[in-house]
Amino acid sequence: MAKVTINQWVKGGSPWVWLSAAAVSASLIMVVGLLFLIAVRGLGFFWPADVLEVRYKQSATETITLVGEVQGTETVSAERVISAGGTVPEGAESVQRILLKVGNRDITGLDFRWVEHHNIVEETRPENMVVLERREWGNFYGYLQVVKVNGETVAEGDKAWPAFQERLNVAANLFENINDIQKGEIGAINYQIEELRLAQRRLELDGVTDAAPYKEIEQQREVLNKDYQKLQKKLDVLYREIAQDSAVLSVADGRRLEIPMSKIVRAFKPNSMGVMTKSGHYLEKLWEFVSDEPREANTEGGIFPAIFGTVMMVIIMSILVTPLGVVAAVYLREYAKQGPLTRLIRIAVNNLAGVPSVVYGVFGLGFFVYFLGGNIDQLFYPEALPAPTYGTPGLMWSSLTLALLTLPVVIVATEEGLARIPRAMREGSMALGATKAETLWRIVLPMASPALMTGMILAVARAAGEVAPLMLVGVVKLAPSLPLDMNSPFIHLDRKFMHLGFHIYDVGFQSPNVEAARPLVYATALLLVVVIVALNLAAIWIRNHLREKYKSLD
Amino acid sequence: MLAFQTYRTFKDKSLSVLVAFGGNFVIVAILLIFFYLFYVVAPMFESAEVDSAITYALPGEGSTQLLALEEQNEVGVRFTDTAQAVFFHVDGGGIIETVTLPVPENTAVSAFHAASPNSTVAGYALENGKLLLAQHKYRVTFPNDKRLITPYIDYPLGKHALEIDPEKKAIKQFVFQLGEEAHSFVAQTADDRFILTRFSLEGSALDEDEAELVASTVELPSAGIAVDFMLMDIEQRVLYMVSRDGEMVQYDISDHESVAIQQRRHIVKGDRKVLNISWLTGTISLLVVDSQGTISQWFPVRDEGNNQIPTLIREFNSDVGKVTDIAVEYHRKGFATVTDQGSLGIYHTTANQQVLDFKATEQSIERVIFSPRANAILLESVDEQIHFWKVHNEYPEVSWSSLWGKVWYESYDEPEYIWQSSSASNDFEPKLSLVPISFGTIKAAFYAMIVAVPLAVLGAMFTAYFMAPRMRRVVKPSIEIMEALPTVILGFLAGLWLAPLIEANLPGIFSLLLVMPVAVLIAAWSWTHLPDRIRHRVPEGWEALLLIPLIVIVLFGSIELSPLLEAQFFGGDMRRWLTNDIGISFDQRNSIVVGLAMGFAVIPTIFSIAEDAIFSVPKTLTHGSLALGATPWQTMWRVVLLTASPGIFSAIMIGFGRAVGETMIVLMATGNTPIMDFNIFEGMRTLSANIAVEVPESEVGSTHYRVLFLAALVLFSFTFFFNTIAELVRQRLRRKYSSL
Repeated sequence: MAKVTINQWVKGGSPWVWLSAAAVSASLIMVVGLLFLIAVRGLGFFWPADVLEVRYKQSATETITLVGEVQGTETVSAERVISAGGTVPEGAESVQRILLKVGNRDITGLDFRWVEHHNIVEETRPENMVVLERREWGNFYGYLQVVKVNGETVAEGDKAWPAFQERLNVAANLFENINDIQKGEIGAINYQIEELRLAQRRLELDGVTDAAPYKEIEQQREVLNKDYQKLQKKLDVLYREIAQDSAVLSVADGRRLEIPMSKIVRAFKPNSMGVMTKSGHYLEKLWEFVSDEPREANTEGGIFPAIFGTVMMVIIMSILVTPLGVVAAVYLREYAKQGPLTRLIRIAVNNLAGVPSVVYGVFGLGFFVYFLGGNIDQLFYPEALPAPTYGTPGLMWSSLTLALLTLPVVIVATEEGLARIPRAMREGSMALGATKAETLWRIVLPMASPALMTGMILAVARAAGEVAPLMLVGVVKLAPSLPLDMNSPFIHLDRKFMHLGFHIYDVGFQSPNVEAARPLVYATALLLVVVIVALNLAAIWIRNHLREKYKSLD
Repeated sequence: MLAFQTYRTFKDKSLSVLVAFGGNFVIVAILLIFFYLFYVVAPMFESAEVDSAITYALPGEGSTQLLALEEQNEVGVRFTDTAQAVFFHVDGGGIIETVTLPVPENTAVSAFHAASPNSTVAGYALENGKLLLAQHKYRVTFPNDKRLITPYIDYPLGKHALEIDPEKKAIKQFVFQLGEEAHSFVAQTADDRFILTRFSLEGSALDEDEAELVASTVELPSAGIAVDFMLMDIEQRVLYMVSRDGEMVQYDISDHESVAIQQRRHIVKGDRKVLNISWLTGTISLLVVDSQGTISQWFPVRDEGNNQIPTLIREFNSDVGKVTDIAVEYHRKGFATVTDQGSLGIYHTTANQQVLDFKATEQSIERVIFSPRANAILLESVDEQIHFWKVHNEYPEVSWSSLWGKVWYESYDEPEYIWQSSSASNDFEPKLSLVPISFGTIKAAFYAMIVAVPLAVLGAMFTAYFMAPRMRRVVKPSIEIMEALPTVILGFLAGLWLAPLIEANLPGIFSLLLVMPVAVLIAAWSWTHLPDRIRHRVPEGWEALLLIPLIVIVLFGSIELSPLLEAQFFGGDMRRWLTNDIGISFDQRNSIVVGLAMGFAVIPTIFSIAEDAIFSVPKTLTHGSLALGATPWQTMWRVVLLTASPGIFSAIMIGFGRAVGETMIVLMATGNTPIMDFNIFEGMRTLSANIAVEVPESEVGSTHYRVLFLAALVLFSFTFFFNTIAELVRQRLRRKYSSL
């Protein structure tokens, strides 16, 4: 074949074909790159990075010691460095700088610091560098000096670290005990006392004048108060015990700091850890992330309440949306007379899938929360007024709003499934004498069940990622208690809840220390993406499977 | 057996009823959304109403100087020319208490004035140049769980009359304002001097009892007109003197050491006369009532020389009779007029509308006042009757022009479109123009479409028509998965990762636009010149895979070269270059970021629908074209695309609808400032983000709340409209294909 000339090549349109191919490639790169970015940043967060100790020339005369984890490097033009007050080596057009997480916020005031690479005089990774994860003030980097009990030194030097770990274990157990009592038992008592208060108020509102029920409430309250006193005493003992232990550590510039053990979550020496130990640590952190409660205004610790809230909301939403969606689809496809009206309804349903989610949020807030909720409160919870029970954003209304939002998804998917079932199946069933209801129940619905599943999975995937409407109808940045607990009626639909998507928005954009919180947001985003992509893949898989199945029927 | 059959029939029937009911219920629920939004929005556009009038004889004696109501509309008060304060029950006129003010014996009252529109302080000037201030106050208690309002009179500057004129001449007329640091009084004395007396609070600012009033008096330069009206603003900086002929003189009294005349203006048309003049609440605007029944609003506007010139802003007309009195609302920019024909008109300045025109009585009305919450009105008619009307006027600030037109707001230099729904100050003028946020919505969607349409449509063309089937099976779902990605994640990445990245590599990002297509074309041209041996290893339809490494390399290359370009062409900092040399302001979270992130979000939507449309073009058409000798691209361009164009159009519409409604990305990737500027380096505020930010903070049932619902309704109708068009086009296309 003769070589094509450039003229022919252009005339034949090949450049356009290549450009359109490039468009596909670019889209693919965007998808894969995005997932890759989230995965790398999200998973890297739990790896215990080495801690550097650097001698750093801060100015011509002053050299300081800095300690921290390397968070990233970037190349910047010399002009920018100079305008930011930095120094540049003679003749260089751009310089490299490193972002160090220096921690020790209580001492330095800053978590992060940019250092220019050429000003680093010396760089070491001291083996005995200790990293503390604390309940307040973020990470601490320093050297362990002394372990104290009741203000008296019990271990120093080489013996300090084993003793420290031992005491830390004790303190951690105590802390857990305290937490259990406070959240669990005292929480339950408070809940019951509140219930009693409401019961009493209810009696008053009903105009009950008989003294007996009041007396009974009073007695119950006394019992609870006594229990409370007992628990409080127990707590006092625990508090005293936990306050005994402390450790003295020194920071890079030699200053010493005494840290109570109760403030320490975890301590480790990353520079002396092997790959195996680090992997163990990694898994431990990962577990903490999915199973623990958040600390420090959501920027540290786990995201368990957010996961829990998301799951609860999605489950309740599915329970609401599935029957409604299926009934609507069955009605449209099997019962309603096909004509302009059903066509119109189909268009409306289809369009509803394209209505912005925030509009659903506004509707949910106005109609569900203020209108329905307000009336429910008037009718059933007058004793709690003016504090609203259902007349305020909460789990129930969030689920209902999202059910409405995902309704078109379920209807469209189910209808599609119903449409794919060959007429012969229905006619065969009817010919054998089955009623329409029996045909529907025994033949049509079972055959359409994969489509139904697809619709439900897509609905769940959509609901799990939706944030805008939830911001209006029920999510909060920090919910004091889960919507499911041991206090009857166990499921508290009126409570506000935490949500993964909102967590990302809130921690990424509303938290005071965005820089420090960013890795956690990546990890949360990764979790959300994994869940949603998995759900979607499942839906696609089921759909493809379904198509194969009906191909053989046709 | 029969029983079983009956049971079956029953089951069949009841299921069909149940399904019909359930199906209809769902459909009704869907309609409910629209109607509920409408139901919340509708009250804003209803005109105001008044009801349940009570009429009774004027309580107490003397002629009225000041009439006022307290917050709950239970107790009213009349200050009379006989220096009495008569408290009365609003619903019937029964006198609660008559307080005789401590005017020294043998001293006649020479003038009366009440301070700023919503102050509760009344001042009596005496013939000895002194002045007594009295304030009506209310104590609310709840004995036996019932509200009890007890009125009383307080003397803010003491029970003793204050000396205003050191020369002790009688005061003919005066104005005053009380402040936290100083109180100012301007008076015209019997010998026609105009004096400004200012009492400064000196001493301990924390302890009011310790503070001491230090008076100083200056004489004002003569205005040279017959002064019929005087007005002082709450800040005690500006003083207006106005004659009936419409001459207005503006004084600057902020520093009483150097009081000077600033401006003179004629404030009525032709030879009309000024009948009345009043502050609008906030004391920035003046309302001038002229003899032809025109009420004109004036406020100072800065001119080129930075002088504040009182300017005519807008006019209202009262057609029925001669306007006898004007009253302003306490907290909103509304006012009411009454006429000698007994009619009552309620207006709102910002909305530029009359919300009520009503014949209240047959008599001439002398006096009108609003209750503090503007939910009631008291009228005093010439036959000494009080008329109490309840007013339902919750949303006067909303009108077509205030939502969609340019509005000249107080303290602005010109009419503008502004969205600013709340502020710390109490008598704030809400700026509820939906134009800037609608504009922001369109702007965001526009930039998103610029990114998404070429990528998605070209990509769909390639995937549907040129791509190898095996690759298509992987590519299509992968791109469609993008649609499911929560937008909160895209927003987060856009705001925290992409925005700083773009800011740091601006030249690189822009060079990509040029470099990328060129690189692709060069690569493609070189590919055709590679030996067949290599070329045949990659079958046709896999070009997209070949290009991936190239695109990645170009991408990283541009970003790596960015600092170099920046140093070469933009003095090392493109951002600074843009701001300083070109004069374009630059936000880190700008339209480029939104365009890319939201483009990313809508690519799968457009791609998926467009690809379906192209793919389902009947094969007979393409085969025919190819058989006639057209190249694949010619077939694509002239045959396939033409046939599938309605489908592609509907894909773009649906994508546009999605971009318009997207909330989280714009919320996180822009600065959310409601500006009217198409600048690609600045952000925007969209309807959806505005709703998400402001709804949780707005008070239920307030104007702000309802306007946000209106924004939601606009958004809803907008997307519904576009989606319906798209859907109809798609259905037509489907029918066309099936006939082919």
